Amino acid sequence: MSETKASTARGTIDFAFQGRLGGFTLDVAVCVPASGVTALFGPSGCGKTTILRCIAGLHRIDQGHCRVDGDVWQSGALFRPTHRRPVGYVFQEASLFAHLSVRQNLLYGAPSRLADHVVGLDEVVALLGLGALLGRAPAKLSGGERQRVAIGRALLSQPRLLLMDEPLSALDRTTKDEILPFLERLGATLALPIIYVSHDMTEIERLADHLVLIDQGRILASGRLAVLQSDSSLPLIRSREAAVSLDAVVAGHDADYGMAVLDVPGGRFLVPSPMLPTGSAHRLRIMAHDVSLSRDAPRASTITNVLPARILETTALGHNELAVVLGLGTGGDGARLLARVTRRSWEMLELACGVELYVQIKGVALVA
Amino acid sequence: MNPLLQEIWQPVLLTVELAFVSTLLLLLVGTPIAWWLARSPVWWKEIPATLVALPLVLPPTVIGFYLLIALGPDGPGGALAGLWGGRTLAFSFTGLVIGSVIYSMPFVVQPIRNAFEAVGDRPLEAAATLRASPFKTFWTVAVPLARPGFLAAAVLGFAHCVGEFGIVLMIGGNIPGRTRVMSVAIYDYVETAQWGRAHMLAAGMLVFAFGVILAMRLVEARVTRQGV
Repeated sequence: MSETKASTARGTIDFAFQGRLGGFTLDVAVCVPASGVTALFGPSGCGKTTILRCIAGLHRIDQGHCRVDGDVWQSGALFRPTHRRPVGYVFQEASLFAHLSVRQNLLYGAPSRLADHVVGLDEVVALLGLGALLGRAPAKLSGGERQRVAIGRALLSQPRLLLMDEPLSALDRTTKDEILPFLERLGATLALPIIYVSHDMTEIERLADHLVLIDQGRILASGRLAVLQSDSSLPLIRSREAAVSLDAVVAGHDADYGMAVLDVPGGRFLVPSPMLPTGSAHRLRIMAHDVSLSRDAPRASTITNVLPARILETTALGHNELAVVLGLGTGGDGARLLARVTRRSWEMLELACGVELYVQIKGVALVA
Repeated sequence: MNPLLQEIWQPVLLTVELAFVSTLLLLLVGTPIAWWLARSPVWWKEIPATLVALPLVLPPTVIGFYLLIALGPDGPGGALAGLWGGRTLAFSFTGLVIGSVIYSMPFVVQPIRNAFEAVGDRPLEAAATLRASPFKTFWTVAVPLARPGFLAAAVLGFAHCVGEFGIVLMIGGNIPGRTRVMSVAIYDYVETAQWGRAHMLAAGMLVFAFGVILAMRLVEARVTRQGV
């Protein structure tokens, strides 16, 4: 990629950082869309947070660049200090200003001229459910409330890029579930690119559109979430928790049984759900171990979702199991699914790449 | 006014004035030093930190001796005094203030430095990601969060200036209305066997010191209770 071409590229976030920081060596270069949610995923200590801090200008690695939607933040000798970068940063711990009220925290970074507000206080308060908290001191908030205020504070600084460093990792399960819907609405409501660091794949499966896999200071892969999830050359597919995230559109509702009808490329799912507006976009998550394969269409089964599909790829998982990548539809060119099967079943059913069959899906989670 | 009362009051007022002016200067000078010591990554910052801390260990007479030379006609103090036609800063109120500031500096710098260090990087980084310049961050985040340290510094600095004796004697002497502060006056009364007057001043000082420190502590406790 030539320097001049990249520096004017709109619509992308393009960064590279090569160097040592403390005892850690970072060598990353990647270009991701300046829209939607991009997740940086990897084990603890792989450098995710360091990358985020470099993008924000909180760390300085001289060799590298950072260009956000046509705006140069770092390049050669040029290094914009953090306070001159239009970022919003949500730390792992809320890091609210203890001496200020919730309202003062929210407005700390807000431009003084109202005309400069793209997102207003009322909007943020409504989006994050902060109405009852405004007069309180941060010390009087729960962990989840604090993190919501921190997100609101970042949004009100009118960022052009929101950086989130494991914003849920310090919270317990219940509190996470309380905040995740807010994060999902965030992506849907505001046209604001988000870079989201996490080591929890379930968060990523719910939130991310784009995924960057990181290991030991290097980038393993970068691409659309669904593509990387079903890439047999990457480690994701080998996990016990391997799953695919499917972006689905509501096609209708079966009122008698309380099931939503959701379409994905190459298939249609029935999922228990309250009434959803037709045409709205939702996300489904299907775990590999919830998918079983069948040569024939089963006639009598309690499994609702049985779809034709084609085997595209396989990867051996140890000696007695396989991960199978499937394409929905008889031609296999629809959305991809993962299945985890034993080698015994694989051989008894005489399966192979290219075989057309039926997938029976025991569990389809409507995650967003 | 009753001459006796005036003789007693003069050192009291002078002491309070000296302590107020010195504390103000201590905070003005000590804050940037404390900030630098708390935030700078350089290893050699402990050298200036040690210089600031020297009065903790040195006898007041040693510091007083060097100050006397520095403030005298042949030192930088004399040169400074020359600007307004004076000959020396020794044996003057200005000289006492300079001496007090140097002597009480560790009591002001240390609590403020500790408080700045306790604030940590995170709030400052958070402010930077919210478009706050380093200047705005300092005044709207670092200083308010370090408030307990400033309070402690002011109390310690003030109390130390009020109680100072050795240095005052070395560089100030005992000039009524100019350098005769309470501690020197008490010494003088004792030397000349005026026990009654010494009692009055000593007891007054005791009550005053107790009152100031108690008031500051109560304020501090209230601040802490309000959960900052």
